[in-house]
Amino acid sequence: MSWPALYTQLVGANRHATSLGKIWLSVLFIFRVMVLVVAAESVWGDEQSDFTCNTLQPGCENVCYDQFFPVSHIRLWCLQLVFVSTPTLLVAMYVAYRNHRDKRKLLQVCALFYYDYGKVIVMTDKMMMYALYVVYDGFQMPRLVQCDQWPCPNLVDCFISRPTEKTIFTVFMATTSSICMVLNVAELVYLVIKAFTR
Amino acid sequence: MPLTPPAEPDPEPKMNWASFYAVISGVNRHSTGIGRIWLSVLFIFRILVLVVAAESVWGDEKSGFTCNTQQPGCNSVCYDHFFPISHIRLWALQLILVSTPALLVAMHVAHRRHVDKRLYKLSGRSNPKDLEQIKTQKMKITGALWWTYVISLLFRIIFEVTFMYVFYMIYPGYKMIRLVKCDSYPCPNTVDCFVSRPTEKTVFTVFMLAVSGVCILLNIAEVVFLLGKACSKHLHNAGDSTMGAWIQQKLCSF
Repeated sequence: MSWPALYTQLVGANRHATSLGKIWLSVLFIFRVMVLVVAAESVWGDEQSDFTCNTLQPGCENVCYDQFFPVSHIRLWCLQLVFVSTPTLLVAMYVAYRNHRDKRKLLQVCALFYYDYGKVIVMTDKMMMYALYVVYDGFQMPRLVQCDQWPCPNLVDCFISRPTEKTIFTVFMATTSSICMVLNVAELVYLVIKAFTR
Repeated sequence: MPLTPPAEPDPEPKMNWASFYAVISGVNRHSTGIGRIWLSVLFIFRILVLVVAAESVWGDEKSGFTCNTQQPGCNSVCYDHFFPISHIRLWALQLILVSTPALLVAMHVAHRRHVDKRLYKLSGRSNPKDLEQIKTQKMKITGALWWTYVISLLFRIIFEVTFMYVFYMIYPGYKMIRLVKCDSYPCPNTVDCFVSRPTEKTVFTVFMLAVSGVCILLNIAEVVFLLGKACSKHLHNAGDSTMGAWIQQKLCSF
């Protein structure tokens, strides 16, 4: 299972989506998954090996890195993208199941399920972005962090690799995440209006 | 400084540029001739060169960046000061953003096909062969699709020029210098820092900038071509109608 395989699954599932849903899928895969794979992963590639502390004490760098980076940005974004894609797959599975059982009620089921899955996607996206903001105290990556965990002697300066580039990509991913949320909310509103006017 | 093991060649990025190519090249069928040339230049001279050559030139940009000091952290800080964002990442973002306006055209074509299918079904022609024909027929760039196409071209030009400007602002001049002097904390005094492979990087920077310029020219040529085609069509139609009215007037006077 890989990103292209997920893309194939989602494209299949999104065939019956609204236009906004299709735009959301394109934004997701081009501006989030693609940027993550071709650019962001190489920026964070040396995050631990190039995390340097001003000490020769063995273990200090490991401990300080672990204190300041409990979960790497890359892993958080991968999880976010997987969770955000899951509701679409669930919709496809449920629609296929209901289609098999009862063809007449298909459209009504689809509309209701879309409403629910839209809510789930918006909530997941929001939660993950909030988690990133809280864990890393904002979107900016500092150049220098000060650490005094055992076994570091006293307070040591530790330097993060490529902080400016990391800040740029964090802001970019947060922006595309917000755009995806706006698209989802717009799709929800559209479905609700469509359901009420019917 | 601990030696980092060489990175294994990862097939994932290549697979994703390939799947990106599959998405973008689908639009090719509805492009003009110049549009197809632009797409080929983009994929062969920019994306392919980026993936097979440029990425390995910039691969050791951080590990090969050496400062004349043993002060821990000085290397990292000086590298971050002189290279806020790597050339490779800027080019990857530029290529992604420049290719996406083509998707506007793809969406418009898909919408038109959907409308055509509905009209066919309403007029009773729900023959699967006819519906298949709608899927495969080439759309003419007329009407609203013409506007979408021209707007997507203008966006492409704007993105290209914006990225070239950003590139110029971050890295004034196209030349990669061999030596930079750095005095950010925690470097003691001013230290000399040496950039890895500066000449090779200059060669690739000049190449990518040149191809970027060629792509901008192709896009401008395509806009001029479409405008010219639309103007000549409009004049031809207008000319026909005035000619018709004149002929009718002459005939009536007899």
